[in-house]
Amino acid sequence: MEERRYRSASGAPLALRCRQHSASCRELAVRCPRLQLRSLSAVTSAVWLAAYGLFVLCQNSMVLSAAIFLTLIGLIIYLHFVKIDQESLLVIGSLGIQVTSSYASGKESTTFIEMSQVKDVVINEAIHMDPQDPQGVSEVVPLFQSSQPRLDCLIEVYKSCHEILDQRKAASQSDGVK
Amino acid sequence: MVLKVFFPSCCSSAESGILIGRWIPEQSSAVILAVVHFPFIPVQVKQYLREVQQVTKVSVSVLGSWNNSKQEKEESLSEFLEDLGTIFSHEPWIQISKEGDSKFWNCSTLQKQPDNHREEEIILVYYDQRKVMLSHLHPPSDTADLGAEDASKLSAIFNTVASSKVLFMTDRYDDGPIKMTHWQSDGIEASIIVELMKQASVPACMLLTFLLSLVSGVCNSRVLKFWPLSFLWSKLSTCEQLGHRLQHLQVISSSKKAQNQTQLMRKANIFVSLLIDVALGILLMSWLYRKNQIGHLADTLIPVADHVAEELQDLLQWLMGAPAGLKMNRALDQVLGRFFLYHIHLWISYIHLMSPFIEMILWYVGLSACLGLTVALCILSDIIALLTFHIYCFYVYGARLYCLKIYGLSSLWRLFRGKKWNVLRQRVDSCSYDLDQLFIGTLLFTILLFLLPTTALYYLVFTLLCLLVVIVQGLIHLLVDLIDSLPLYSIILRFCRSYRLAAGVKFRVLEQQDGKPLRLLMQINPLSYGSVVQTYRLPTYSCYPKDSWTSLCKKLFLGELIYPWKHKGEKQD
Repeated sequence: MEERRYRSASGAPLALRCRQHSASCRELAVRCPRLQLRSLSAVTSAVWLAAYGLFVLCQNSMVLSAAIFLTLIGLIIYLHFVKIDQESLLVIGSLGIQVTSSYASGKESTTFIEMSQVKDVVINEAIHMDPQDPQGVSEVVPLFQSSQPRLDCLIEVYKSCHEILDQRKAASQSDGVK
Repeated sequence: MVLKVFFPSCCSSAESGILIGRWIPEQSSAVILAVVHFPFIPVQVKQYLREVQQVTKVSVSVLGSWNNSKQEKEESLSEFLEDLGTIFSHEPWIQISKEGDSKFWNCSTLQKQPDNHREEEIILVYYDQRKVMLSHLHPPSDTADLGAEDASKLSAIFNTVASSKVLFMTDRYDDGPIKMTHWQSDGIEASIIVELMKQASVPACMLLTFLLSLVSGVCNSRVLKFWPLSFLWSKLSTCEQLGHRLQHLQVISSSKKAQNQTQLMRKANIFVSLLIDVALGILLMSWLYRKNQIGHLADTLIPVADHVAEELQDLLQWLMGAPAGLKMNRALDQVLGRFFLYHIHLWISYIHLMSPFIEMILWYVGLSACLGLTVALCILSDIIALLTFHIYCFYVYGARLYCLKIYGLSSLWRLFRGKKWNVLRQRVDSCSYDLDQLFIGTLLFTILLFLLPTTALYYLVFTLLCLLVVIVQGLIHLLVDLIDSLPLYSIILRFCRSYRLAAGVKFRVLEQQDGKPLRLLMQINPLSYGSVVQTYRLPTYSCYPKDSWTSLCKKLFLGELIYPWKHKGEKQD
């Protein structure tokens, strides 16, 4: 298990953790920077100052309670639906690829793609769908959308994935030869 | 290729025995369904498996051996288990052994062909047998695809476990020759309530079918199909809604069993939707009839109708003067204004005529709320339509007048330029007119052009009013559609038993140990609420504005009558 530091596209620090569970199973996890206390306090104080200003103008105390309520609801929604803590890729040779996003509130959203439906894992700068593609690529699944690591991190992930995916190709070829 | 063994987690503490299940050679996976314990007679086991295969159409066979030694390794037992491999010939013979309470098991295969030098990697995947058996994968794949090469591996596994229900029907209290361990071996699950409901449902369905045939016989009788009545039924949305609910009742009371998962879910959704609808309707009814709410409603109805009529009269007086500073053509203004004022006068007289009976009518109509909240809402929408019928009439008069004027103007404009509309060829052709034709045509054109602002203003005002009423009615219909089409049973199922609706699976890597096979836990990934609603939505009878905004605007400009909420099945005008 190794952990290496990289940077995201916007300059935030990321950590890539690569874990080899067995010869054909590997887990790659990209950890995003956590929620900072100072940005949270800045937003909360801004909202409450605005609410207090409104209260001074209209002398209605409902504004203050509404501001507290809104801040709480907004924080819960942000933590549960928006803020992604970790994005991981679990490659199990001959079974499939599993993509997991864990949110700050602990929720995990998982998608499992079977190996027979995976054509390849690529690094792509711009996706151009060819409508006459004879091999029939039906869906492009983008990975690491929230953490957006830079190219050096992506190359590491690419190399790790392909070590396992190429094993499958080698196995199918030798089966074919037999 | 890597060998995958799907092992049910309920068999982790079973006694030693042999493993039975299905071997899928294309994917090199073994799905283990149960463990058969000693003592057994191999011939009897083979015969039992043949019977199971006949019933379930799943090729169940003996896949290997399971050795759960509580004490130290018993050498004789392991040799005995290897010899069993020769009796039940299966390629490859899987041997799984567990020592004491250790989490890490040994898994190996015995290949007949010794030329297979490759050290095959084995992956051990634990799955919860009961959940996998009860769950349904979305999107559902055809069973015909089971043999195809690029078929979904997961659906093959789910199908295998789901089809082997008969294998799980024997538990350890049965006195058969075969002793097995699977998820139900400690005692078959059953519920008294479910059994009672199953018994009661047959006569209930028959009674319901009989009642429904009576009701539909009455509805389809010739008496109700005479022209004025059939026109009335088609315009009232209450009748549409009642017809829709009748159809639903017919679906649930049919004696045919549901063929597949989709039909079963649809029946269940319709049943729960009807139940909730009727419950809400009865709640509404109990609120209405308490504290004489109906009386209050009836008392406020007439003053509201009077108030609306007065406002309309004020509006017309305003139009007859100089509305918004525009100068109208006096004569036409007066004619149109007086015409519409007389109409309102008729309407008010009619309402006052009906006023003593309103409370009684409302009382009886309110009783029909027990048929469901949707029916009550449809009745409300119909009452609004009836009360604002005069606004709709004004809109139709204004629209027809405006439409005639526009067509007249466009045809005379063509004459002004020396052209003509060729009906045969559907295009504009040049035409030579006589002098007197041109003279009269131009005169008429000028007259119509200068009368246009007046007509256009009346048309605009009444179209806006009509649209307001239509929007209110539309909102009510939206609510009715929502209640009609929401799949409540599926949503509740997704909330309480999320494993029944599966979007896929997720794997969790368990603790590993070097030298032992890779251990994974397969869990069910439930469908998201949005996909549940989308997949199991009940179809409704109305279609939303079929015209796009541009065609709607075009129709409004030309003065054609618009019917924004047409029901499916109505003939196009």
